[in-house]
Amino acid sequence: MSAHAEEVAHVGATTGTFAKVWFVLLALTGVEVLLAYLQVPTTIMLTVLIGLSVIKAALIIAYFMHLKFERLSLFLTLFPMLIFCIVLMLIFLGDAVRIPVMRPPV
Amino acid sequence: MSSQVSVATPSVWEGGRSPYATNSKKFGMWLFIISDSLTFSAMLFAYTYSRVTNPDWPKPFDFTPAIIFSTIMTFCLLSSSLTMVMAVHAMNHGNRASAGKWILATMTGGAAFVVLHLSEWMKLINVEHVTPFTNPWNVPLFGGTFFALTGLHMTHVVIGLIYLAIIAQGVFRGKFKAEDVEVSGLYWHFVDLVWMFIFPLVYLMSARVG
Repeated sequence: MSAHAEEVAHVGATTGTFAKVWFVLLALTGVEVLLAYLQVPTTIMLTVLIGLSVIKAALIIAYFMHLKFERLSLFLTLFPMLIFCIVLMLIFLGDAVRIPVMRPPV
Repeated sequence: MSSQVSVATPSVWEGGRSPYATNSKKFGMWLFIISDSLTFSAMLFAYTYSRVTNPDWPKPFDFTPAIIFSTIMTFCLLSSSLTMVMAVHAMNHGNRASAGKWILATMTGGAAFVVLHLSEWMKLINVEHVTPFTNPWNVPLFGGTFFALTGLHMTHVVIGLIYLAIIAQGVFRGKFKAEDVEVSGLYWHFVDLVWMFIFPLVYLMSARVG
C-alpha cells in the first residue's frame, strides 16, 4: 500500500505543462483586464469575471496544487462540501438586492 | 457473555490503510486550505453584498496606474506559483540546490507583490484619504470591506514568505523532505488562488477609465 502511495506521489505533469498552464492563466488575466478597460455593463462583467476566475482557480487547483493527480477520494472529501457551503452564502443575495429599493427617499 | 476474542470485521470499502494515498501533512494542509477558503468566500460575499446594497459604491481605481499596477501584482503572484511548482518538481527529483533557488525565486515574486500592494494602500490612504472607517465618497463600508479583505490576503502572503524562508533554509541544509516542500507549495498556490478572485471582484469591477 505504501509503495503504491509513493508511486502515486511521483506521477504528475511535466514542467512544460506547468509553463502552459501559467501562460493560459496570464492570458485569462489579460482578457479580464481588457473587459475592465472596455467598461462592459456590470452584470455581464460580473458574470464573465466570475466564470473566468473559476476556470483559473480550477487550473491552479488541478495542476499547480496537483489535485488532478491525486486520488478521486481526496477531491470528493474536500470539494463538494466547499462548493455547497459557498453556494449557501448566496442565500443573502435577495436581501442585498432589496435593501436599496427599500431605503426611504432622502 | 461470550469468551471469544472479538475480531475486527474486514473493511468493505476497500480504501486500504491510506484511502487518500497521501501523507498526513498534505491532507492537513488541504483541510486548512478548505476552511480558509470559506473565510475568504465569506469576506468576498460580504464585500459584494455591501456593494450591491450601496448603489453609490465608489470606483477608486483608475485604469492607469491602479489597474495596471494590480495587474503587475497578479503577474508577480502567478509567476511565483510557477516557480513554486518548479521547486516541488526539482525536490521530487532530488535536486535540493535547484529546489532552494526556485523557492527563493518564489519569495522574490511574493515580496514584490507585498511591496506593490503596500504602495497601493499608501496611495489610497494618503492621496484618496480612504481609511477603514471613512472615505471621501461617504461609503464607509468600502474602506472596511476593502482593507479587511486585502489585508487578510496580504497577511497570508507575509506568512507564506516566512513559511517559505524556513523551508528554503532547511532545503539548503538538507533538512526537509520533498513532501514538506510540496505542502508549503500548496499553501503558496492557495494564496495565489484567493488573489484570482480578489483581483477581478475588487479591482477590475471598480475600474475607472478616462
